[in-house]
This record gives sequence, structure tokens and C-alpha cells, in this order.
Amino acid sequence: MRTAVSRLELLQPRSLQHALRMLRDEGPLTPLAGATDLYVAVNFGTLDSTRFLNLWGLEPLRRITLCGDTLRIGALATYTSLIRSRLVRQRLPILARAALEVGGVQIQNRGTLGGNVANASPAGDTLPVLAVAEAVVVLRSVDRERRVPFAEFYTGYRQTVRRPDELIVGLEIPPVEGRQWFRKVGTRAAQAISKVVIAAVRGSSPRIALGSVAPTVIRLSQVEHALGAGAGMDEAVHRLDQDIQPIDDLRSTADYRRDVAGNLLQRFWAETGGLSS
Amino acid sequence: MRFTLNAREVELNVAPLARLLDVLREDCGLTGTKEGCGEGECGACTVLVDGEAVCACLVPVAQVEGAEVVTIEGLGDDHPLQRAFMDEVGAQCGICTPGMILTAITLGPRPSLAKIRRGLAGNLCRCTGYEAIYRAIHRAS
Repeated sequence: MRTAVSRLELLQPRSLQHALRMLRDEGPLTPLAGATDLYVAVNFGTLDSTRFLNLWGLEPLRRITLCGDTLRIGALATYTSLIRSRLVRQRLPILARAALEVGGVQIQNRGTLGGNVANASPAGDTLPVLAVAEAVVVLRSVDRERRVPFAEFYTGYRQTVRRPDELIVGLEIPPVEGRQWFRKVGTRAAQAISKVVIAAVRGSSPRIALGSVAPTVIRLSQVEHALGAGAGMDEAVHRLDQDIQPIDDLRSTADYRRDVAGNLLQRFWAETGGLSS
Repeated sequence: MRFTLNAREVELNVAPLARLLDVLREDCGLTGTKEGCGEGECGACTVLVDGEAVCACLVPVAQVEGAEVVTIEGLGDDHPLQRAFMDEVGAQCGICTPGMILTAITLGPRPSLAKIRRGLAGNLCRCTGYEAIYRAIHRAS
């Protein structure tokens, strides 16, 4: 541990409302849930925050329920609970699939869906799934709740529309029609952060989202339009090249990411193209 | 703060954001839990919190308030998995072994090889090549 922990402060709310009051009245505070990413930075002394809000005990935020036709997933649902949830496996199996490829079991037991969304990494494994599911991020502050379409939640690299007095309390996922598809390409199936991650749905109009190829997770709107209008794969891959802006970093190179993204797109289209889809 | 550690109640006065790993080793004197990477990649510091495997390097101690924590010391010296790891020589340097055994406990009875491999994906061993570890877990279950 390279941070002097005695200088760090942890506020311990008794309820969601209490947590929201603390955010409003005693901020700025950094919300802390499963801590699987945030705590790495604390351990290595690379985080500026010194005041944290402990969300881990807020049990009502762990629920996964069906409300009418909408799947509601509490922000504190862990990857393990997503994997085990019959509702998730029935309605959005690619979310369970993505959760299975996060870290190892130890990380899946602590990491949360709300944390993955709030953390705003372009490599977040569940984010392309939420993008193609057209999820809604539910944000709450002391005096109001607002629902932000996933496509509008990220404003730039590690930037979101969440205000400092708001918490992500859950995700709402409408029914998804069509065949769902997910692939993560990394150095190793477990533990590795993705080089490229893709989620896609082959419905009446295709939906495709990629992670690790731009400052935020992105929907490939040009590719979707082209494929929906009957364009061939050469045209689709050409448009993909215009939609993404991959970079060289410690995990991969821009060139490799372009190649892999194109291959994944072709494989999605080939594997979901049968009559059974 | 209070929690149950290896079936005993403990009460400690520690910084709430101290790592569970450091509290176990330095405040409780239980050095069976090892530190490997300190960033949740290697699983050497795996302990059980309310029956689930977690990396003790990524758990602020405040988050185990009221929970049941089990470390390798909590198994005593003659757990079937400990014996099987010795019989199959499932350890060489031994740093990963406490975490391997605690993760293996959560796999349930008679896990398939595929389940063992997936279950232990978050526990790295740089000596054994894993085969002896898998045999030990298979033998003990």
C-alpha cells in the first residue's frame, strides 16, 4: 500500500437517501462500491481523492427485477449475480457473457455493473452490451431522479454526465429483439483487459457497439445503417474504419485493433446470418 | 469495527480504508494470506468473505464489518485440500497456495476440470504449470 490510509476518509451511509444527502452536503466524495478498480489506484497512490462514500452496504441497490417489460438491474449487482440471474440470462444473455469475462471469480464477486458504468473506461466489458441494449442509466440525487439514455451518458474519455451530487442507482434495459452476440479479444480469457470488445444484435436493424477503439464505448452507426440497407461486408468494414479511432497503448496497437475490429464485424455478420436468426 | 475471523469475533481499531490484506497480516498476525501483485490480478491474497472468494488487497476493511472472513489459517492443518496439495505436490514456491486452496473451496463438490480451470482463472501460479493443482483439487473433492 503506497497511500497513507489514515489520511483517507470513508463516509458510511445507512441508506440510499442518507448517501445522497452526504453527496449533496458533505461533498466532494468519490463513491466506492466493489472497489475492484478504484482501490488499485488507492493502493498505488495514483488517486487524488481522499474522501470516499461507501456504497457496498446499500442492499436495495443489488436487486435484479423485471418491471413490466423492462429489466431493472441495481447498480450494486455484482458480475457474479449477473451471471447467476435467470432474468439476465433469458433477456440479455450477452450481459452474463460479458460478466463471465471480467477478471477472475474474485473480481466478479466484488465488481458491480454500476461501477463498470461509472468508471467510464473505454474498455469496460459490459459497456458495449449496454450500448446495443439501449439501456437507460438511472441517476438519483436528493431531490430528483433522471433517466439518461446510454448513448448520451459518456461525453468523452472517462467523462460522464453524472453530476457530483448524483449516484447511478441502476440500469433499465428494454426488451432486445434479435440475435445477441458478444466477443472480447484480450491477451488471456481471464484477468486481461480487452484489446477490442464487441457486442451486437442482429434484429430488424442491426446494432453494433465496440469498446477499446475510441475514447468511449461507441455505437457503429454508419456500419449499422449500411448493413441494415443491405450493403456488403467490404462496404461495412470501410465504414467501420471511419467510425473508430483506436490508439497504440500498453495493451495493443491501433493497427491491430483495426484489423481485429473488422474481423469481429465479419464474424458477427456471418455467425448470425443463418435462417435461425 | 467488528467481524468474524476464522470463526472468532474480532474487534479492531483500524483505518476504515486499510486493506483487508494488511489488517489480516499486520493487525491480526495471520501471515498465511500472501501479497502478490496488489492489484487484483494474481489471487495470491484470496480469502473468503461470507463464503465468496475475494482479493484481500482490493477490499477496504470497512466493507467486512459484520462479515465472516476465512483465511487459510481458518482451515486448520488437515483440510482435505491441504492434504491433497501436499500429496499431489500442487505447490512449489507456495506463495499462490493459500489463495488457490481458498478459491478451490468455493467450487463445490466434484467440480469438472472445466469448472476448476474457470474457477481458478483468477489465481496465478508461476511454478507448477497448474496440472498438479488441478489434480489436487480433483482428488480432494
